[in-house]
Amino acid sequence: MTWLDTNRAYVLDMLVQHVRLAVPAIAISVLVAIVLGRIAWRWPRAGTVVLGIASLLYSVPALPLLIVIPVLLGIPLRSGLTLVVALAVYGTALLAGTAADAFRSVDPRVREAAEAMGYSRTGLFWKVDLPLAVPVLLSGIRVITVSTVSLVTIGALVGIPSLGNLLTDGFQRDIRAEIVVGVLGTMLLAIALDVLLVVAGALLTPWRERRPRRARATTASAVPAVEGAA
Amino acid sequence: MGIEFRDVGKTYPDGTVAVTGFSCSIPSHRTLALVGTSGSGKTTLMRMVNRMVEPTTGTVLIDDRDVHELEKVALRRSIGYVPQAGGLLPHRRVVDNVATVPVLTGTTRRAARTAALQLLELVGLDPALGKRYPAQLSGGQQQRVAVARALAADPNVLLMDEPFGAVDPIVRRDLQDQLVQLQAELGKTIVLVTHDIDEAFKLGDQVVILRTGGIVAQTGTPQEILAAPADDFVRDFVGIGRAERSLQTVDVDGRNIVVDGSGRPVGVLT
Amino acid sequence: MNLFGEALRWIGDGSHWGGPGGIDTRIVQHLWVTFAAVGIAAVLAIPLGVLIGHTGRGRLVVVALAGAVRAVPTLGLLTLLGLAIGIGVEAPLLALVALAFPSLLAGAYAGIEAADPGAVDAARAVGMSEWQVVTRVEVPLGASVLIGGIRAATLQVVATATLAAYISDTGLGRYLFSGLKSRDYAQMLAGALLVAALALLLDLLMAALQRASSPTQGKVPS
Repeated sequence: MTWLDTNRAYVLDMLVQHVRLAVPAIAISVLVAIVLGRIAWRWPRAGTVVLGIASLLYSVPALPLLIVIPVLLGIPLRSGLTLVVALAVYGTALLAGTAADAFRSVDPRVREAAEAMGYSRTGLFWKVDLPLAVPVLLSGIRVITVSTVSLVTIGALVGIPSLGNLLTDGFQRDIRAEIVVGVLGTMLLAIALDVLLVVAGALLTPWRERRPRRARATTASAVPAVEGAA
Repeated sequence: MGIEFRDVGKTYPDGTVAVTGFSCSIPSHRTLALVGTSGSGKTTLMRMVNRMVEPTTGTVLIDDRDVHELEKVALRRSIGYVPQAGGLLPHRRVVDNVATVPVLTGTTRRAARTAALQLLELVGLDPALGKRYPAQLSGGQQQRVAVARALAADPNVLLMDEPFGAVDPIVRRDLQDQLVQLQAELGKTIVLVTHDIDEAFKLGDQVVILRTGGIVAQTGTPQEILAAPADDFVRDFVGIGRAERSLQTVDVDGRNIVVDGSGRPVGVLT
Repeated sequence: MNLFGEALRWIGDGSHWGGPGGIDTRIVQHLWVTFAAVGIAAVLAIPLGVLIGHTGRGRLVVVALAGAVRAVPTLGLLTLLGLAIGIGVEAPLLALVALAFPSLLAGAYAGIEAADPGAVDAARAVGMSEWQVVTRVEVPLGASVLIGGIRAATLQVVATATLAAYISDTGLGRYLFSGLKSRDYAQMLAGALLVAALALLLDLLMAALQRASSPTQGKVPS
């Protein structure tokens, strides 16, 4: 860990860069996926097309996407925006189907009763559908958060700085400690964001019956697993 | 005054006919029970009152006003609605469920909650249950909450969609008794949908028995229907032939004991 | 947009085909490393997944572990292994095996768990051994989900195999990296399009396979 001691500022800088790329990409994914998921839920036929395109996009590998997007949008290859767009495309593709499932998971009896009581169309969405879709939606957001944080590292290959720089730099200069710090840093960031999401989920869904035994098991096992993988 | 169905029909775009040429009216402060098997269009008819379903022909009037001329959302907020089991908002505490419509129409949350707690008491629930979420209540308690919620905005009209269909028979009888008592106090105009003829007879002042396709088999008070069933369908539906409907008295030691069709004693004639 | 034209012309150029660095050779390499990685991971993960699904034991631990493995950036694993094992195909192969493992495992146990408990119970009741319950009931019933896991793993691996070229001279990723170094955008884009096309093709193929194995096709001995 002596490498970390002498390079703390650099690592911190890369961590900040990493967050700046990952968080907007995740946020855009969530917003766009909710819109697409809602469309797919509301109009199943259009939904099949939308979700089909999404899964097609998802099968385009990330690194090539980083090269195709600048060409398509006319933005510089090494711009952070390229990576954010690429990861947002990815995240959206992965999340749109889950978002549609999330809306489908809302009990139709509840929706109907709410409508009959006099919720307006927008009220129904914001006050009933969206809050009740949170549990399923959140499970999908957790998946794309982990994958997005991990994929940000690939940006280092085309010169977009993040914790991924520790991986490429460590490889080129044969400093294993640097790579280990990069890997661990990325994983810790993913876990930190995941914990945040779980907490946010618990705060947003106080009505759900908690199964404390299971919740404890997941958080407890995540930590030793990190050590094992390192 | 009251609610009037004037020659209403509903044909879905795929050609399914749910209701044809249905006419019926119920005066204010009375209960209309729509009863029939599934596919009889009873729920469709009830849903026309708050415009959850738009009739393809005819009109529905509340107090002589065509509901079609009223704004949908405002209309629904002005009508109490008791859904089938599972219609409470699972993400809202019981008290907030009851306060839903008043809050939607602009009452402050605090005032709506205070009123909601009183309503819980009115339907026979401990106000302390207000803090819970619907999933933490029994099925019977949930339906009491649903009734309280429907009453929250003090509507003149209540729509009840098989409100007690999913609870066990003992609880159902309790809930029915309570509704009878509440209705005696409050005097709402109620449209009740049920597939249970006993419930229809117990709660309805006027009962409409429907056949498949929304065709009226018979309309009348429970007494009228029992006294003169229109045809075999009605006779079968109300169970005239059933043992518990054909009662007779037998003299036992000078007292008139009532026995049913299979000879089981059910009571004493006084 | 004319960059796309250049890239397509680059692919169409006969001098880029044949020989040790030719497009055909690279495609074969790319597919080889993909199938090898998925194959090795499948041999390890599927029996384990079936065992977990069948017994219901160790599920939480394995699920959490698989989740943690997903969080490992593959590039990190790749570079670490590259330094440890040296430049060659072994390091990327190992990294890709690790990448494929969680999806395969999840597919296997989810498939087995998805098998109708009634059918499983009935199979025991008619006197099947545990082995027969697994091979004749649970695996055929869960085949579609299991193959879904293989599909997900294959997709991830064929995409990520592009990275292999970062530490070894293998696969289609080579065009991306050498184009990046020499600022030859046509070559880079050509490589990107080839990988994307290959991934799409493989995924469509796997999707068809998955559909064909749907349990409603019915292979359950009654």
